[in-house]
This record gives sequence, structure tokens and C-alpha cells, in this order.
Amino acid sequence: MKIKLAKEDIESSKIQLIERVSGEEMRRCYQCGKCSAGCPVSFAMELPPSQVMRFLQLGRVDEVMKANSMWTCVGCLQCYARCPQGVSVAAVLEALRQIVLRKGTDHERIKDVPFPFMKSAPQQAIVCGFRKFVS
Amino acid sequence: MPRIGVFVCQCGNNIAATVDTKKVAEEMAKLPGVVYTTDYKFMCSSPGQEMLKKAIIDNKLDGVIVSACSPHMHEKTFRKASEAAGLNPYRCEITNIREQCSWVHHDKTKKTGTIKSTDLTRMVIERLKRNRPLTKIKIPVRKKALVIGGGIAGIQAALDIAEGGREVILVEKEPSIGGNMARLSETFPTMDCSQCILTPKMVEAELNERITLYTYSEVEKVDGYIGNFTVQIRKKARYVDEALCTGCGECIEKCPFKAESQFEVGLTKRKIIYTPFPQSVPNVPVIDAPNCPKIQKDKCGACAIVCGPKCIDFKQQDRIETVDVGAIIVATGYQNMANERFGEYGYGRIKDVISGMQFERLASSSGPTGGEIRRPSDGKIPKSVVFIQCVGSRDEKKGVSYCSKVCCMYTAKHTMLYSHKVHDGQSYVFYMDIRSGGKRYEEFVRKAIEHDHAMYLRGRVSRVYEKDGKVIVQGADTLSGSQVEIEADMVVLATAIVSRDGADTLAQKLGIGYDKYRFYNEYHPKLKPVETVTAGIFLAGTCMGPMDIPESVAQGSAAASKALALFSADEMTRKPVTALVNRATCNACWDCLTACPYTAIEREDVRNRQGETIRWLARVNEGVCQGCGVCVAACRSKSIDLRGYTDEQVFAAINAF
Amino acid sequence: MTMKIPYYPGCTLNTVAKGFDATAREAALKIGFEMEELKLWNCCGATFPLTPDNLIALSAPAKVLSNARKEGDTVTTLCSVCYNVLKRTNKVIKDDKEKRGVINGFIDSEYDGSLSVLHYLEVLRDKIGFARLKEAVKRPLKGIKAATYYGCMLLRPFEDIGIDDAEKPTIFENMLSALGATPVDFPNKIECCGAHLAMNNTDVVEKLSGNVMTSAVDNGAELIVTSCPLCQYNLEKSQKRLIEERPGYTGVPVVYFTQVLGLAIGADINTLGFEKNEYSIMPLLHRKGIVAGED
Repeated sequence: MKIKLAKEDIESSKIQLIERVSGEEMRRCYQCGKCSAGCPVSFAMELPPSQVMRFLQLGRVDEVMKANSMWTCVGCLQCYARCPQGVSVAAVLEALRQIVLRKGTDHERIKDVPFPFMKSAPQQAIVCGFRKFVS
Repeated sequence: MPRIGVFVCQCGNNIAATVDTKKVAEEMAKLPGVVYTTDYKFMCSSPGQEMLKKAIIDNKLDGVIVSACSPHMHEKTFRKASEAAGLNPYRCEITNIREQCSWVHHDKTKKTGTIKSTDLTRMVIERLKRNRPLTKIKIPVRKKALVIGGGIAGIQAALDIAEGGREVILVEKEPSIGGNMARLSETFPTMDCSQCILTPKMVEAELNERITLYTYSEVEKVDGYIGNFTVQIRKKARYVDEALCTGCGECIEKCPFKAESQFEVGLTKRKIIYTPFPQSVPNVPVIDAPNCPKIQKDKCGACAIVCGPKCIDFKQQDRIETVDVGAIIVATGYQNMANERFGEYGYGRIKDVISGMQFERLASSSGPTGGEIRRPSDGKIPKSVVFIQCVGSRDEKKGVSYCSKVCCMYTAKHTMLYSHKVHDGQSYVFYMDIRSGGKRYEEFVRKAIEHDHAMYLRGRVSRVYEKDGKVIVQGADTLSGSQVEIEADMVVLATAIVSRDGADTLAQKLGIGYDKYRFYNEYHPKLKPVETVTAGIFLAGTCMGPMDIPESVAQGSAAASKALALFSADEMTRKPVTALVNRATCNACWDCLTACPYTAIEREDVRNRQGETIRWLARVNEGVCQGCGVCVAACRSKSIDLRGYTDEQVFAAINAF
Repeated sequence: MTMKIPYYPGCTLNTVAKGFDATAREAALKIGFEMEELKLWNCCGATFPLTPDNLIALSAPAKVLSNARKEGDTVTTLCSVCYNVLKRTNKVIKDDKEKRGVINGFIDSEYDGSLSVLHYLEVLRDKIGFARLKEAVKRPLKGIKAATYYGCMLLRPFEDIGIDDAEKPTIFENMLSALGATPVDFPNKIECCGAHLAMNNTDVVEKLSGNVMTSAVDNGAELIVTSCPLCQYNLEKSQKRLIEERPGYTGVPVVYFTQVLGLAIGADINTLGFEKNEYSIMPLLHRKGIVAGED
């Protein structure tokens, strides 16, 4: 992959929006990789947390939006708990979800959720799941 | 009527581009008391200085103004030239029309710059008219130094001063000098054995007749000022008479009790009466009083029974000794951050997670394993070792935000030592960046990777836990974008370098500054790297911040040369810009005393003929006063003035605007 | 007089996890305090919004807090998620004046964040004391090797929650020791179970929860104790795959800490809701001789 870098991309309005919604500054991340080391779902992510941060630093929002990382994040906050710079990648990923959901695009259709789950799961799982996946 | 000369410098085009220097000179000529004015291309050049001297003599000037750059640049130059022409140097003043005028104004018509330069020069003329001639202060200097801290930086400083022919007192709080360097196995990048290169210096320090060692001692109190410090040193009770002890070691042999060895970083135990390590200087044991049953409960006393020269004294008390010195070098060193702070690495819970310093002891031939790498839990030789860098360093949240500077290098060294000692072992290093700036440092790291097969992983570790006698390390390798898991036998943490406990209290005793990490502040980070704001007190080594052995040694020598320069004359001269108390109006409220940051103000007893105190006065110690003017601002009765900047002068300057 | 503590059950404890609620209340009475359910409460929202601009999502928990404040100065929860959401929301309202104004505007209230949000475990540790708890034990859980699963929400983020050390917590272990059990430390005790991904990513949940279970069992656990209904659900469900994939693995009971608490302080065994567990605790209790009976 070859990336063409430009100031307009690095400081694009999309990046500014992500920074505003997440409350995190991308350039605070110094790419140590501690988040990716401890992330329990990193194995299932197309881009591990530190690479999500890196692509956003480079202004490459599209690559991040295409990846499943934001929908795989469980919000366990292990990344934030251990980040030496105090950056919450979980907040950045939630911001990405919010940006999608706030446009009214659902990630999950309620009718697709398996019935046995709806019947037996704790209420909190259903409420939480809908809040993370549905606009 | 005064006879003042005004010299306006063009500074090439630096000033002349926006200031009409000729016009400024002409304007100044109109002022009363100004008898000579001129402008010139470079006043600081030799012809410029000659012109100044000639004008002083020819026109019988009694004061000169040079309107040029900042006084920081050339005040000295022009005062010296004035002095050479027979003028009191403090009758020469500088007007800054460059940094504060021409450089900040871009009006090419030169209107603004010229008006401002005229105003500024006029103000200084008025101040100069009221300048009293001042004479430089001369202070006697005691040609003896105190070095605090007997690590490599302090030892180097002490040896250099002794070499320069002056006496040194070297104070060390541990029972032996040597510091952290005495613990290290080999040193990067040359792989010299640390003790082999250090111990000759330690012995030299002990044998040198100009060096007096005060081990197991701490600085209690510091009074005085440059050239004239009085220092109280607490000699902690050793319970062994240093003068009588022959260092035979019989007492250590017979002592039946043990406690954790601080020198071995808890890896092994030592006796209650002990020397920290075999090559200790002085080779005189000390009794660990809190753990000694004889001292605590009057039981045992085996050491005293076997001691031939009868030098053990359980009743010994701390002693305070007072010494007079002319300069102080602070070289108190560093310590490592507590690893327990980082729960994810399991230090303290998992026996085979050790610190870098513990690894040094394992690798050292004088260490608890005789130089064999054996892990603490079961003494087995680890076949797989993970090194984690930046433990606490570059970690704003849980550690410190700075880089500890030496860890990249000593970790590379550890992997080499490990591969030399365990041929079938594999080492892994988790790093964020490899910082190997230094002579032959980068080559050293490459050698660890290419020759000694250290596997470097760019990423960090999230968790370390035990499983079936292994230490499982979970981390990331960001270069491949994958999580990695290593079944290690041992984990070594490269822990951050931090300032010593109590660094702040010592700084307060000395009156020197320190930063938020309690590292001591140098006067200027580039140009005065071993000086402090307190004249006569110098710094060396890691008490200022992380650095390696070569830097610490260089600083020890640098601080020593500063002290020797101070000792080169019988008296030292200082700028006479100091505070002056008006004895008639001072009412001894002591506001100045509390305000002074340099403790330069003293209480003076005024006595009658019978010797009874009738009143008090504030008195300025000219040796200590730095002329900062804080006391002037604090004084409610306006009884303090700053020489060269008296209220009268300042108001005259303002009124001239 | 019995100490009364205002109590917020939350949705799950009112429905799927009734046993969690009932055992906590009964245990409290036996130990010497009363869980007094709030008169007025609603769902906390089940997740604390991670983006700081999402204030509307704080209105539900803020309403819970605002109503609770009218009934006292503390509120206690059992569910880790409710605890996390309420405690963090409370902190936002307390520390951030601007946000406080906006949130109060949403819910027509003037709540100032002066409530103290406690977890039941904190009540046991700080208000009762584990030493006193130990005295109340009638049926010590002697010989039971119980793994304490903290999960995420009880601990993180440390600066907002602060119930215990975020990397090496001990509050659960200390409670289990007081009950006479042998706490089992295991590496995954603070790792995520997969949480709400149970909705659409069972693969990941089975992997994460499976890791928790195997790591606990490998360290000798015979029982898993937790404080979150979703963790309990995921840990139970994930074992099906483990049984299929791991020879000799037969399933390990996963229970709420209040169930073992009730058991230890002598509650009627039939009131503890053990029958709801997918993997029964009873054989273990029989084997250890804590409850009479056969496997």
C-alpha cells in the first residue's frame, strides 16, 4: 500500500470531527503499541487499535471506516487503562461508531438478532448492544 | 556638570536598518551634561573600543553610554574598555536599542526606531548621571571543596580537585563509596567490567592524602556563601571504630544473623554486621542497627567477642562535625523507580520478574550467582528471557514523561551478556524506539541484534503472568501488526531512573533549584551545565537527570574544574550590584529576610558600649547577594536600595521618558 | 437498629438475574443491614458513553441519581455495569459544572453529584468489614477453590471507579477468604468476557469467555464467582464449546458472589437460585461436604 500524504488530509474536517466527538487528540498517541498488546479483541480486528490511531494520524479516515475494528471493540477500556499517554482508543472507536450511527445508519438490524439471545440474555446486553450498533 | 559621552552603534545593519543612528547621536548631543556623541558601525570591534577609550581621555568624560545590543552581550566589553581609559567601570551603561528596539520594529522609514532609541538612550543618561562609582567586591576564598555523593561523578570530581592540589571532603551516605556503578556488571559499549574500572578510582580516593572520606555520613546543614561555606556533616553511628578496624572481616564471619542485602537489590542476604560488597571503601564494616539483636535487645554480641582490635562499640552515637569549605559539588546520583507501580508486569508477585539492576547483579562475577544467569525462583538457567524497556519512562500517566536515556543501551548490553553466558538462550526485547545516540552506541545495539541474536520487538507488553513454571508475556509487535505471546523463563524490566528520595530536602539545605521530578537545575542548560544559581555550588552526574557513565565522569571533571578555577585566586571579585540597607531607617521588620531567595540578608545586633543589644538591623551579605532586587520591593520603609539601580536612578529614568 | 442502605437493582436484576438480587438482600439482613430499594428508578442505560459529547446518554443514569439523592446520600448497586455507569455519571455531574447544567436541563433536575455510589462489595469491605463478615459465617466454604472474575466494569477506568487496584485487585479474594473459600488467582481475571458482542459476534465472545474459563480452570478453579449478569451469562454460554473442544472438560459453575455469600452465612440452600445455573454447584458442595448429599 502506498499512501500519499497531504496537510489537507492530515488536518481534514473528518479528523477534526473525530477528535471533537472522541475528546482525544490523535497526535498524543506515540505508537508504542500497548493498546494492541492488551486489547482482548485485537485478534478479530482488521486494524488493531494502534493502527487505527496511526491511520487517523495520517488522515486516512476511509481505511479506518472500512475496517471492522470499531464494531469489534467491546469497550473494556484495557487500552485506556494501560496507555502511557492517557489516550482512550476506546473513545476514538466509539466516536467512529457514533459518527456512523448519528447519520441514521444502523450497523445491526434488530430483526436479525437471534431470538434465543433476545429471550435469554440479560437485559443489559440487549440495551448495550442496541446502543452500540443501532442509531 | 557631568561630562557624558554617547556612542550609538549601527551593528552593521542590525540596528541601522530601522534606526537612524546619526540622528540619535545628534539628538543626544542637545541634552545637558552630554559633551560628546557619535555613531559607529561596530562599537564592539577593536577600532570601536579604541574610539571609546580615546573619546574618554580626550574629552575628559566622567560617564559613557553605549546604545547598542543587550547588556548581556557587551556590557563587560565596554566596561572593560572604559576602565582601561581610567573610568570607573560602573560609570559605563548600555542602552539596548537592538533586541528591544531595532529587531522588533520593521518601519523602514526608521521613524519609529529612531524615536524609541532616542527615548531609551535619554532615560539611561538620566540614570547614569546618578550612578555612583562602585568598586568590585572582593571575597576571601577557602581553598577546600566538599563533594556530596561518592558515586562515579563525585569520585571523579574529588580526584580531579585533589590532583589540582586542593583539599576535598567526600561525603557518602552509604557505608562505602562507589554508588550505583559499583553494582554494574559490564559497561556499554566497551564491555569493560564496571568494578575493574571503578575500584582503582575508589582506592585512589581513599589513599589520596588530600581527600578526606566521610562514609555513612550525610550533610546536615549548610551555611555561608561562595568561598565561605560552613557545613555540618552527620556521621551516622557505624558501631565500628574506623580508626581501629583492620578490615579483617572476622566479625562478619561470626555474625549469626542475616538481612536482605540492599547492594544486591534483595537477591540475597548479608550479615547484620557487613560491608556492602567485597571491595568496599573503606573496608570497615557497619552494623545494621534496626536488625541487630545486641543493639535492640542486648542479646548476641558475637562480633565484639571475636574482634581482635576491639573496635566494636554498641554504644556509638551519631556525631555532627563542622567543616569549612569554599565550594560544594553535589553528585548525589539516582535511584530506580519502584516497579510495583506497574501491576501488569507482575514485579513483586512473580519471582522471575526482575529489575535491570537485579540482572546486573546476576551477571556480575561478584554477584550472588557468581556471574551465572540463574533465575530467582528456582535457580534454573533461563533459556528464554524477555526484556521490557520503558518501564516508567516515557509514561506520563503512571511514570515519568522523560526518557531515562540509558535503558536502551543497557538492555542491549544485557542481551549480549545473556547470550555470552547462556549460549542456547533466546532473548527478546520489547522497545518503543531505540535511542542509541553516542559514540559507538548504535553499532553496539546492532551487534546485540545481529551477532548475539537478540529478537527486538517494536511494541509493548500488556501483561505478564505465571503458568506452569513459565512467565507468560503478552505483548504486541506493531511492525507486523500482531499480538505476540512468549513463554519466558525470566523477565527483566528496564526501570526508569528517578531522583533520590530526599533530593528535595538536600536542595533546600543547599539553596539550589530542582524540577518537578526533583532533579537539580543547572544554571543554564547549555552554557552553564554544571553551575547552579547559587554561586559556589556545582552539580555533577545523575542528580541532574538521567545520564550515562561517560557523561557523569565528564561532569565530575567539569565541576572540579569550576571549583579549581574558584580556588585559583586568594580572593574572588564579584559585581558590586548588591542591595544596600539604609541603617537610619531600617526598622527590622525582616520582610527582606523572608523575601530573599539567596538567604543573603542577616540580622545585625546593634550594641551599646556595655555590649547590650539596643536594636536590630538588616544587613546584606555581599558575598551571597545576587542583586535580584526582591528585598527592595519587599521593604516597606524603603530602606533598601540596589546599587546601580537606586530608586532615585529609576525614577530619574522614568521621568526622562 | 439495622442499617438501611438505599439500593438500586437495575433492569437485569429485576428480571433475568433475580437470584442475584434476592440473595443479596437476604445476605444483607443476616449480616446486619438492609437493602432498601429505591422508590423510583429506571434503567441506567447499560453502557457509559465513551465519547464525552454524548450527554443525552447520561440523562438516564442522571435521573436515577437525582431521584436517589432524594432518598439519601448513598446508593448501592450489585451489577458491575450499573455501578460503572452510575459512578462515572455521578463523577461527571460532580466535576463538570457545564455538563451538569446541560444534563440537569434534560431531566428537569438540580442534582449536583453529591451522592456516593457504592458497590455491595464496598459496603461489605468498608461499612461492615470482612472481619465482621467472617464472624457471620455459619457454613464456611472450606476447600472450595473459587476463582474471582472481576471483568472490566467493576475496575475500569481506575481514576473514575477506584474500588480497588486496576491491575491487581483483591477485594473479591478477600471476601471469599472471609467466607472460608480458597480464592484462585488467574491471569484472565480482569480480562473482558466479550460483553454485548454476545448479540452479534458469538465467535469472539466464546473465545474471550473461553479463555477466562480455561485460564481459571487451569489454575485450579472449581467455581467462578462474579458480580455482573452479562459476564455470568457469557461465561456459562461459552462452556458449551469448551466441552465439545476440550477433552475432559465438563463445565464449571459460574455464580454471583451473593449466592456464595448467602450460602456461607447459612441461608436456606433452596433460596439461593442455584437451580438457575447451567452448571450446577451442588455436586461441588456435596463433594466438599458443605451441603449433605450425593453427587
